[in-house]
Amino acid sequence: MTKTDVVAAVRQATTTELHRRHRRLPAWMRRPGTIFAFVVLAFWLLIIALPVLRPYDPLATVGPALAPPGPEFLFGTDALGRDNLSRTLAGATVSIPNGIAIVVAAATIGTTIGLIAGFFGGWVDEVLMRLADLVFAFPSIILAMAIAAALGPSIQNAVIAAAITWWPAYARAVRSIVLAMRESEFVLSNRLSGVGTFRSIVIDMLPAVLGSVLVLGMLDMGAAILFLAGLSFLGLGAVPPTPEWGSMISGAVQYFDEWWLAVAPGLAIVTVVLAFNLIGDALRDQLEPRLQEMTGEQE
Amino acid sequence: MSAPSVDSVGVSTDTPTGAPASSGGAGYTRFVLRRVVASVITLFGITIVSFGISVLVPVRAETVNLSQQALANPEVVAAFREKFGLDLPIWEQYLRYLGGLLHGDLGISQQTGNPVSTDLANYAPATLELVVYATLLSLVAGVAFGIIAAAMRNRWPDHLARLVSLIGVSVPTYWLALVGSTLLFRQLGWLPGSGRLDATMMPPPRATGFYTIDSLLAGQFDVFQSAVAHLILPAAILAISTLGMILRFTRSSVLDGLSTDAVKAAKVKGLPHRRVLMRYGVRMASSPIITVAALSFGFLLAATVYVEQIFSWGGMGQYAYRASTNLDLSAITGISVVVAVIFLLVNFLADLLASAFDPRIRLQ
Repeated sequence: MTKTDVVAAVRQATTTELHRRHRRLPAWMRRPGTIFAFVVLAFWLLIIALPVLRPYDPLATVGPALAPPGPEFLFGTDALGRDNLSRTLAGATVSIPNGIAIVVAAATIGTTIGLIAGFFGGWVDEVLMRLADLVFAFPSIILAMAIAAALGPSIQNAVIAAAITWWPAYARAVRSIVLAMRESEFVLSNRLSGVGTFRSIVIDMLPAVLGSVLVLGMLDMGAAILFLAGLSFLGLGAVPPTPEWGSMISGAVQYFDEWWLAVAPGLAIVTVVLAFNLIGDALRDQLEPRLQEMTGEQE
Repeated sequence: MSAPSVDSVGVSTDTPTGAPASSGGAGYTRFVLRRVVASVITLFGITIVSFGISVLVPVRAETVNLSQQALANPEVVAAFREKFGLDLPIWEQYLRYLGGLLHGDLGISQQTGNPVSTDLANYAPATLELVVYATLLSLVAGVAFGIIAAAMRNRWPDHLARLVSLIGVSVPTYWLALVGSTLLFRQLGWLPGSGRLDATMMPPPRATGFYTIDSLLAGQFDVFQSAVAHLILPAAILAISTLGMILRFTRSSVLDGLSTDAVKAAKVKGLPHRRVLMRYGVRMASSPIITVAALSFGFLLAATVYVEQIFSWGGMGQYAYRASTNLDLSAITGISVVVAVIFLLVNFLADLLASAFDPRIRLQ
């Protein structure tokens, strides 16, 4: 084959590939679970983007205390006469962005540490991975509780505490990928042609690990939102009067008969977390066959 | 000679691919020693982390522990800092902290005024009883459903198992506890919803701290009944939170076991399906299942913080909940050290057990 033949063949192959991709959505997006998840997430994004959809001010007393659900207050009111529906909707603006912040922070720390450990190896690797093991030695909620309590209760500190306890999973995954490709020919040839350490990490290693980090991050999103709500439930996250799902449920514990106080934020958490978990599972099955083998999921 | 008969292949593959289960000897001793050393290093790490957290506190210790009046008096402040060694170099403070830990000194809880170690000794048995039963429950259910899901892969029991585990990881434990207690206790009255025993009952004489065991030792069967009834709901709710993890893990391990060449040979030989499943799939899965059981024990030891509060269980979890809502820092760091050490011990034992089942682990 001449050079032009090869170019033509490659061009044809890529264009048909592109055409096929354009015609159909990727398989993971066509699953019923994923479609449901996208609808749910679109709903919550709309709620976050448009505060006017809240019927009342979530922080203001707008009715009698502990009014049951009715035409005026669809999900009733709380002990201070605030509208439960508006507070639940407003809770999304706290839980979802901060959940994303936990994952982004943990993934950034973990990826950086994993790249360094895998690339340099030796004692650097040993020290960093022992550090990761150490964090794994604590059940994560307990360690995060201690850190959040030491920093003082606030949503930012809860995010910091969660990120500190979460990075090791990313570091381990990234390190193992880097170890596998460190000696590969294209990396070595780049190194021999004078590509420096930092550039080699950024242009050779980073792109190779990003896909796995993205999938891990999507798998973690639901758990991160649950984790944050859990810290708030324990009084270590959002502080009153911030409307936050975990602290709303915590406040509802003493009102057994006013069931609506716990049901509304609970359903909010479950729908959001379920949606993220469905998307994470589907993405993993599609993009990370290795992870798929590890969990044995099959389509 | 002719090719080996189907039967001779069958004989050689009748035991799964690993070495025999109980191969002791020098290799095993060395493995145990290595694990002991690694655990001791981790133990030191745990103390450094917990000490680090108590140093991390942005407020100065005296402003938390002393009254306004005492703070105004520089002599009192100096005496306070002297007593707790707050002006010493950081490594000396750590050594003092470590020395205290060796004597079981975890500091004084601000909310109860007792030493944290005394509080924890009081509360630990209640939590351990709950967590042990929850782990057993979720292990039995998770392994059973996991085996069924693997055996009926991609048919409805498998899909159902997938749905259950998805819901298990998507529902907050404290919310499930609240809903469960509202429905089964407040509304229907089927199960007791708070405490470890009926209010009229005295706890059995303490031997282990586990009411279910102590009551049987003392021959108090009504107390035993009450203790079991009180355990059902909180243990079941805790179990649901790790059921999904155990189920998925079991399913994939069994499927791994079933994909080996030995299984193909066994099928060719004509072993019945059930026998292939139990002998190759489940046996190959036994050591990963032990590992995941230890993991879920640690997870439940933490998740109990959410459940105990709702069921007024009076254990370490409720103590941790109160400590965190009141920002009782010495109690929280004390709890984190104790929980991490328990978790470390359980993992250590699980490692030994798993490697007894699967000698390949020793090589890693």
